[in-house]
Amino acid sequence: MATILKIDNLGKTYQSAGRELTVLENINFSVEAGSTMAIVGPSGSGKTTLLGLAAGLDRSTTGSVELNNIKLDQLNEDQRASIRNQHVGFIFQSFQLLPTLTALENIMVPLELRGEKHIKPKAVDLLNKVGLGNRGHHYPAQLSGGEQQRVSMARAFINKPQILFTDEPTGNLDAETSRGIIELIFNLNKEAGTTLIMVTHDLELANKTGRIIKLKGGRIVSDEATGTNN
Amino acid sequence: MNKQNGLNFPWLVKMAWRDSRRNRSRLFLFVSSIVLGIAAMVAIYSLGNNMSAEVDRQAASLLGADLQLGSGKQVSPAIQKMVDSLGDRRSEQRMFPSMIYFLKSNKTRLVQVRALGGEFPYYGVLETVPASAGKAFRNGQAALVDQTMMLQYDAKVGDSIKIGSVSFVIAGTLINAPGQTGLSASVAPPVYIPLQYLEQTGLSQKGSRIVTQFFFKFDKPVNMKKLIDDLEPRLDIEGLSYETVETQKQNTARSLEDLTNFLSLVSFIALLLGCVGVASAIHIYVREKIRSVAILRCLGAKGKQAFLIYLIQIVVVGFLGSLAGAALGTIIQQFLPVAFQDFLPIKVTTDFSWSAIGQGLLLGIVISFLFALAPLVSIRKISPLNTLRLSFQKFSLFKDPIKWLVYLSIIAFIWAFCYLQIKEVQESIAFSIVIIIAFLILVGSAALLMWAVRRFFPNRWSYLWRQGLANLYRPNNQTTILIVAIGLGTAIICTLFSIRAILLNRIELTAQGNRSNTILFDIRPQQKDSVIALAKQFGLPVEGTVPVVNMRLEKVNNITGEVLRKDSTIKMRRGIFDREYRVTFRDSLISSEKITKGKWSGKKDGPSGTVFISLDENFATNNSIKIGDTMLFNVQGSVVSTVVGSFRKIDWGRVQTNFLVLFPTGVLEEAPMFHVLVTRIESKDVSAQLQQQMVQRFPNVTIIDLSAVLNIVSNIIDKVGFIIRFMAAFSIFTGLIVLIASVMISKYQRIQESVLLRTLGASRKQIFNITALEYFFLGALAAATGMFLSLGISFLVAKFMFETEFVLKWVPLLIVFVSVCFLTVFIGLINSRAVVTRPPLEILREEV
Repeated sequence: MATILKIDNLGKTYQSAGRELTVLENINFSVEAGSTMAIVGPSGSGKTTLLGLAAGLDRSTTGSVELNNIKLDQLNEDQRASIRNQHVGFIFQSFQLLPTLTALENIMVPLELRGEKHIKPKAVDLLNKVGLGNRGHHYPAQLSGGEQQRVSMARAFINKPQILFTDEPTGNLDAETSRGIIELIFNLNKEAGTTLIMVTHDLELANKTGRIIKLKGGRIVSDEATGTNN
Repeated sequence: MNKQNGLNFPWLVKMAWRDSRRNRSRLFLFVSSIVLGIAAMVAIYSLGNNMSAEVDRQAASLLGADLQLGSGKQVSPAIQKMVDSLGDRRSEQRMFPSMIYFLKSNKTRLVQVRALGGEFPYYGVLETVPASAGKAFRNGQAALVDQTMMLQYDAKVGDSIKIGSVSFVIAGTLINAPGQTGLSASVAPPVYIPLQYLEQTGLSQKGSRIVTQFFFKFDKPVNMKKLIDDLEPRLDIEGLSYETVETQKQNTARSLEDLTNFLSLVSFIALLLGCVGVASAIHIYVREKIRSVAILRCLGAKGKQAFLIYLIQIVVVGFLGSLAGAALGTIIQQFLPVAFQDFLPIKVTTDFSWSAIGQGLLLGIVISFLFALAPLVSIRKISPLNTLRLSFQKFSLFKDPIKWLVYLSIIAFIWAFCYLQIKEVQESIAFSIVIIIAFLILVGSAALLMWAVRRFFPNRWSYLWRQGLANLYRPNNQTTILIVAIGLGTAIICTLFSIRAILLNRIELTAQGNRSNTILFDIRPQQKDSVIALAKQFGLPVEGTVPVVNMRLEKVNNITGEVLRKDSTIKMRRGIFDREYRVTFRDSLISSEKITKGKWSGKKDGPSGTVFISLDENFATNNSIKIGDTMLFNVQGSVVSTVVGSFRKIDWGRVQTNFLVLFPTGVLEEAPMFHVLVTRIESKDVSAQLQQQMVQRFPNVTIIDLSAVLNIVSNIIDKVGFIIRFMAAFSIFTGLIVLIASVMISKYQRIQESVLLRTLGASRKQIFNITALEYFFLGALAAATGMFLSLGISFLVAKFMFETEFVLKWVPLLIVFVSVCFLTVFIGLINSRAVVTRPPLEILREEV
């Protein structure tokens, strides 16, 4: 299978109170297209930073990120934005819906950014798939946490991304809602054939992916296959 | 089609619309700050356009004739010959200041007598009550008396007044005359009498204090420009000034343009203040939008796209705000002619001015765009990483070169606007610098306050005081914008009070202690002793009289009036050869003057010796006259050659007989002259009695009572002050709107904290007190900064503009201070009441 994400000698350092703070150091791994993977580790281990760098949300201090054979570090922010729009989907812990847009409008944004026409039926279809067919005209503030996360999932899949990044997707939800969301993510992912990279604390959830990378103190401490074929 | 490489403008507009749905009331709150500024501009521009159209329409009736010639000299046979040869119909008017005596009320008043012969005005009318009086008074021993004076002296049509030795029946109340403004009438109220009675009054012997005007009507069209070109050399020689309909139109239009330009600049301050409010509100708005922008960027939006979404919102709302401002301005414009009637020589219509509305809209859009741009450009730099965490996001004001470009554009815009109003590069730069410095002082004070509060934080104070104080420097504080808005409003109010106090004090000072407060003019040599005797009968201190000789300047070295007119490189004021000089002679200096350069001998050296004169040093400097220069004077027909021997520094603020030109003794003793007597009258009753007796016995003597001058000046200051207050009100109300908008916007910021405090058990009273204290600190500091700023401005105005003593009147300033503090706390609390009085959960649900 082809490699969709290649992380090479990745490092990230921040200036904090006049001192250098190394958050990630010497990170190396590759991800094959269509696979699923979890990044786990304690708070402050650099999981979210790694996700941000891998998705092109930030630039690394050292090393490189290659997404779908495109070296992200050589691109400026607008070029990376274009890559995200074409190839990447996101699901965040805090949903990150635009509060001033309705659920349907939130879902349509990625395709609207591409300038595509007649996208409403696609958005309605996805909204139905996540079980919110009758909530399209509601604003995020009028939806429950679980419903907001479903809208966020529909938005993540509308541009048919090759890779989906999720950051603690159930972190803000109760156990029962979480189960439904996770099931939906994996189902949609399977249906679309998308690569899934998930940051989570939850080892049970991590074990549903095919591979787990463990981070500690900004370094990879283990990289193991789980045997799951999700 | 994939438009990812383009901006996809229709989508940007759609997103701007969608994003505004939940923020519209707030967006309109932002631009409400510029509504009043735009309204003021549109109202002033409309007034200007209507005035300009009216001047074109009413130009002939402004002058009342096709041509007017005027002279301060006695009418020579040569002038009379020329006058008789001009026009098809002619009128003559002689004007001079004199005392008028109301027989019924037994009161006197200094007026401007206008002895009129002929049918003037040929265009327009002498507006009187009854209307027929404007013509009828010419047929008998009758007068027209200014309406304000009629009211002040409780005079009625049919009563009598005495001017000089003649009594006149008041034929009518004078409402208006061609070219007259309410202001000019309040300085020297006009009284018209028929010219044929001037001789009988005995006042025509005043010689050159009388200004003679001739008005001409041409029944057939005349090429006025050619006529003036032909006449001009003769007019120059005879010292006659001229006005045609065209020159009157130009002069009036220029004066009115100066007025509207000045008012536009005052309105511009309101607009700028509003714009600072907009910029501040948008700064907060942008902070709140960080997450939304980060999400959009995550989904693939470019920085420019995110920036444009919000820019479109602001420009559209700016346009709507400007539209509201233009509508309000058009309504306000209906009232401006009433407010400004004392300053306008014409009746102004209140027509709808599309060009004014267009200018207002354009200005509103440009200015809201420019000022919104400064905070909006930050959007380009918002990282998508903010979707994951906000902690590494920092706005750096100084690192973005585009921001500096925006600030430079704002400064350039301010200068360009000022330049368009003033049309002088240096003055517009100076005005812009003053505005920017005022803003910087206020912004600097806010920064200093925040630094000082943080640095010297009173840890021992109670929790409520500490919390209220800490809110001044915490993130998302409103300290800077509120100090600018409230401070500028306070500075404007205090400056108006201070300048009024300085002007009145300048006059009051002259009458303090044992200084003279009454001047008697035009005493003829033969009346001198009797006038002194009468003054002494009243027990007044009199140290003799001062002789005054009228003369004109013919030459300075080899420069004549004609040479000066032709050679623009000569650094001399144009009017130096056109004016009358009232000159005295004496052998010594008086207490209000001292020699600063050269030597004063006080006596002419023998019959053929050189006449060394002394000049006021400012007069000499302004006209580039040096010690040793020769000056040739024409003393009513006789030529006197003099040499500048010395310069004097004169204290013009004192009521003394001060003169620009001082002659030594032994030169002018035989010249035609009149005398001036200066004295001090302690009581108003004595002053009134003296004036009555003086007018009855010596009707040609003019009396200037300082208390009357004080009243007139006070009246003028009130009228001018009203206009400035009217315009300043726009700035002050804009300041209030900015204050309200800032408080309401900060409410969204403060809700989280207040709700948390409420959740943790803070009582309503505690939240109320914290809020009240915060706004009290803000109001107090802003008012204090504004007051100090105004004191600085007033000091500079007093020292450099009026060259007088700076006076500090604490009481009005204290009242302003307390009022501003109260208003700030009141508005702060009113707009924060939802946070204080309603249950936390209800607010949270509503505001999220």
